[in-house]
Amino acid sequence: MRASNRGTFPAALRATVPVMAGYLPLGAAFGLLFSELGYHWAWASAMALLVFAGSAQFLAVGLLGANAGLLETGVAVFLLNARHLFYGFSMLGRYAESGRLKPYLVFGLTDETYALLCTGHPPSTADARRFYLYVTGLNQFYWVLGCTSGALAGGLHLNVTGLDFALTALFVVLLVEQALAVREWYPFLVAGSAGVAALAIVGPDKMLLAALTITLVVLIVSRRPAWVN
Amino acid sequence: MGELSYLLGMIAVMMFATVSTRALPFVLLRGREHHPLLEYLGRFLPPAVMTVLVIYALRHVSLEAAPHGFPELASVGLTVLAHLWVRNALLSIGAGTGAYMYLVQSEILLQVFP
Repeated sequence: MRASNRGTFPAALRATVPVMAGYLPLGAAFGLLFSELGYHWAWASAMALLVFAGSAQFLAVGLLGANAGLLETGVAVFLLNARHLFYGFSMLGRYAESGRLKPYLVFGLTDETYALLCTGHPPSTADARRFYLYVTGLNQFYWVLGCTSGALAGGLHLNVTGLDFALTALFVVLLVEQALAVREWYPFLVAGSAGVAALAIVGPDKMLLAALTITLVVLIVSRRPAWVN
Repeated sequence: MGELSYLLGMIAVMMFATVSTRALPFVLLRGREHHPLLEYLGRFLPPAVMTVLVIYALRHVSLEAAPHGFPELASVGLTVLAHLWVRNALLSIGAGTGAYMYLVQSEILLQVFP
C-alpha cells in the first residue's frame, strides 16, 4: 500500500494544473479588489483559507464596501453558493469512505474541485482518499496564493488578460470526457436546454442556480420509473 | 475596532453560509448513499452540471456586439477538437487558453471586426 501511494501526489498535481492557471489570476484579481477596501492584506488570505469560495468572495468585496448587514450577507452567500448542494448529491458515494478526511473534503468542494473529482478517476493503484485530499488541498493552496499575492501586489504588471479562460477550457474538457463516458444524450439535452432557458429568463448573473434547479427537477421527474422500486 | 469586528463577523457569516451549502447533502442523506435515486443522480448529475457550468462560464459572451463571441467559440472549438484528437487534458486546455489569450490581447480581431 505504501509504494502505491507514491504516484498519488504527482497525479493530483497534474490534474490540478488547469485549476492553478485559473485560480492564481482569479485569486489575484480578488486580492487586488479587496486591497482597495483598505484592509490589511492578511485578511484576503484569511478569507481564502476560511471561506474558499470565489464568487462569494467577489460578492463580499461589494458587500463590505457597502457596509452590508450580516443577515443580508449570509442569505446572499447561501443563495449564491446553493449550487454546491447539487455537488454534494453526486459526491455522497465517492466521499462515503473518506473517514476523518471528510469534513475537509466537504469544506473544499468548490466548482473546480467538484468538476475534477466527479469526472477524473484517481490512478487505479492509488488510494482514492489521498487523491481527493491532495486535489482539494492543492486547489485551496493555489487559491490562497492567488488571493494573497493580489492583495500584496496591489498592481501586477503582467498582461494576463484571458488567462481565466483556463477554467472555461477545463469545464469544456470535462464535458467532452463526460460525453465520451456517459453515451446518452439525455442529461446533456436537459441541462443544455435548462442553461439556455435560464440565461434568457433570469439573465447571466442569476442563471447558475436557476439552470441547476430546472435540471435537477426535470431529471428526477422525467426518469421517475427508472428509480422507483 | 468596530471595523475589525465587522470584518470578522462578515467572514464568519460567509464561512458558515458556504459550508452549509457544501455539507447539507452529506448531513441530511447520511447512510443513504445506495438509494436508487441518489445513484441515478450520481450518474446523471455530473454530465448535466458540466453542461450547465460550460454555459455559465460563457454567460457574458455577447453574440450581437463585436467580435460576436468569436474568441470564445473558436477557443472552445479548438479545445474540443484538441481533446478528441489527443485526449490529453493539459494540452487541450493549454491550446484553448493560449488561443483565447492571443485573440483577446492581439489587435488581430480589430481588423476583422472593426
